[in-house]
Amino acid sequence: MEVLSLLADGMLLSLQPLNLAMILIGVTVGLFIGAMPGLGSVNGVAILLPVTFLVPPGSAIIFLAAIYYGAMYGGAVSSVTLGIPGASTAVATTFDGRPLARQGRASLALVTAALASFVGGTVANVLFTLFAPVLASAALSFGPPEVFALMLLAFATFVGLGGDDIPKTIFSICFGLVLGAIGFDQISGAPRLVLFDYNGFLQGIGFLVLAIGVYGIGEMLWTIEQSRGEIESTTPKMTIKGITADTKEAAKRGWRGTMIGSFLGFFVGVLPAAGATPGSLMSYGVTKMLSRNPEEFGKGSPDGVAAPEAANNSASTGSMLPMLTLGIPGSPTTAILLGGMVIWGLVPGPRLFVDEQEFVWGLIGSFYISNAAALLINLAFIPLFIWMLRMPFTILAPMIFVLSIAGGYAATRDMFDIWLMVVFGLGAFFLRKFDYPLAPAVLAIVLGPIAEPTLRQSLLLSSGDPSIFFTRPVAGPITVVALILIFLPALKVLRRRVGRKSKKPA
Amino acid sequence: MRVGELVTAGILALLSLYLMWKSTELPIGYIAGQGPGGGAWPFWLSGIMLVCCGCIAFNWWRGSSPASQSDEPVLDSYGWRTLLLVGGGIIGFVALVSVISMYGAIAVFLFYYVWFLGRHGLALSLAISLISPIALFFFFEGAMQITMPSGLPFTDPVFNILYDIIY
Repeated sequence: MEVLSLLADGMLLSLQPLNLAMILIGVTVGLFIGAMPGLGSVNGVAILLPVTFLVPPGSAIIFLAAIYYGAMYGGAVSSVTLGIPGASTAVATTFDGRPLARQGRASLALVTAALASFVGGTVANVLFTLFAPVLASAALSFGPPEVFALMLLAFATFVGLGGDDIPKTIFSICFGLVLGAIGFDQISGAPRLVLFDYNGFLQGIGFLVLAIGVYGIGEMLWTIEQSRGEIESTTPKMTIKGITADTKEAAKRGWRGTMIGSFLGFFVGVLPAAGATPGSLMSYGVTKMLSRNPEEFGKGSPDGVAAPEAANNSASTGSMLPMLTLGIPGSPTTAILLGGMVIWGLVPGPRLFVDEQEFVWGLIGSFYISNAAALLINLAFIPLFIWMLRMPFTILAPMIFVLSIAGGYAATRDMFDIWLMVVFGLGAFFLRKFDYPLAPAVLAIVLGPIAEPTLRQSLLLSSGDPSIFFTRPVAGPITVVALILIFLPALKVLRRRVGRKSKKPA
Repeated sequence: MRVGELVTAGILALLSLYLMWKSTELPIGYIAGQGPGGGAWPFWLSGIMLVCCGCIAFNWWRGSSPASQSDEPVLDSYGWRTLLLVGGGIIGFVALVSVISMYGAIAVFLFYYVWFLGRHGLALSLAISLISPIALFFFFEGAMQITMPSGLPFTDPVFNILYDIIY
């Protein structure tokens, strides 16, 4: 009952005029960002984070979370009408959304996506409300070894579940951690890693510099190079009568995918490194596997649209759970949100639920309001978003570059950081070409300043004995799971080789 | 792509070695009573980075990564052109900030991109490149009270007019 009372207070807080305005603006901006090919929630949150310094911290985080929500809804619009996913989270939506649009049923695809997103968001919000306080109170007893073990687990999931090249993933994690170590040694206060003896590095490298460089410049360059202006658009005919009929059909033919996506998406979203993209792809696969008509998938099945859309919304809320309760982001976007919270003096983790109860429940309340607002704004403004999608990329792209540079300066007030941003952007472009995953580096630069002191404190507690991470009742199992995840890819390779050898004729 | 993969791994290995060397400016071992030295964390992480570069090179030799199997160029002529024109434009934009102010640089960059790269009409290009910096000026300087770089003194008369509107 206490949870319900706190949630009601949180909802009232999020309905205050400023917060409500932040939700409505955030969701609308997020819908547009999600719909634009090449832009995703992570780009939107990274680029717009600096402009939120205008409002109090609580409202700023509500605004950024609303962008995240809106972007998850918006991704479907370009997947269906252009056949290009607005973000990686909407890749699976193209599998059936685009065929539906080609059959002249784009309206059904968009309505199914919106309804599934709403149900996915609602289920995730309820699960979040139930699990978050329990997890936070359990995490209150965590000491430095447990916190470090959790950090290790966060990085290990990128290695074990990320699906990218393992050495490149580990390189990316370590690179982000080293970048986070630049500046001053936290314990002795001595200057550390002042690269090329350039004094600009004394102040360290903010996560925003790397995030905007990678997502605002590098990703945009990559999108410009990859898309080459080849976009074919389908304009859906949307009428109130048509939307009503489509709603009925979506409920009838998309419920299975919606339910699978809602639950599966949440639990996949909770896992650090997994997030909305694998959540949506997994939900699509599972729904197809359990469907009575799997042959319809890929040809325009409403279930095939509903499953990934419900999952990506559900996963986006799920990824907030470890971020708020344990201080471990579940996705690159929540890593940037976490960085933003630290800038505003809010330290994510179990203490947040004790020290900043009003903020936490205001944010959770805003999830519910954002979800409802996103559904209504999405359905009401689909024609407008489609019209805006016709904006030439040659106008949108320079606007994004300008926002990245000006927004980056507004946050750091240092031209050195802007140059670093450009260097990171160009570097990210090339690394992306060679399939280096960059999200782990962004996550690592955020978590590095937490991971290093907890490691040092743990080793001090044990007089340098690393077995402290294995012998404590909570840290032990977490460390073991993390190590299993790290060595999982190697074990898979070994198993495959052994299997191949045993199949060879004698 | 095949050569590029190895060259990239080589450059990153050199970066890792540099970071390891730089980390040794602080103690990298365990100091009794004080815990790991200040350089230990970045040193060992850079060491792991170096090992990863070795693994990437080994995978290249085995031909097990997609890039190591590809004979395609890293960037074709369109890619290089895009990188030079867009990337070069961004570098020029940032370089101009300390000369003609942030807003002046925004105007020049937008005009360059929309008119020259985007091949849009002159009227649209001028409208976008003039309205956007003015709107951003009122947002950053007026609403957010954040002062952006104003460039060399010759830009002062323009800023004086704009500041008179705000204050």
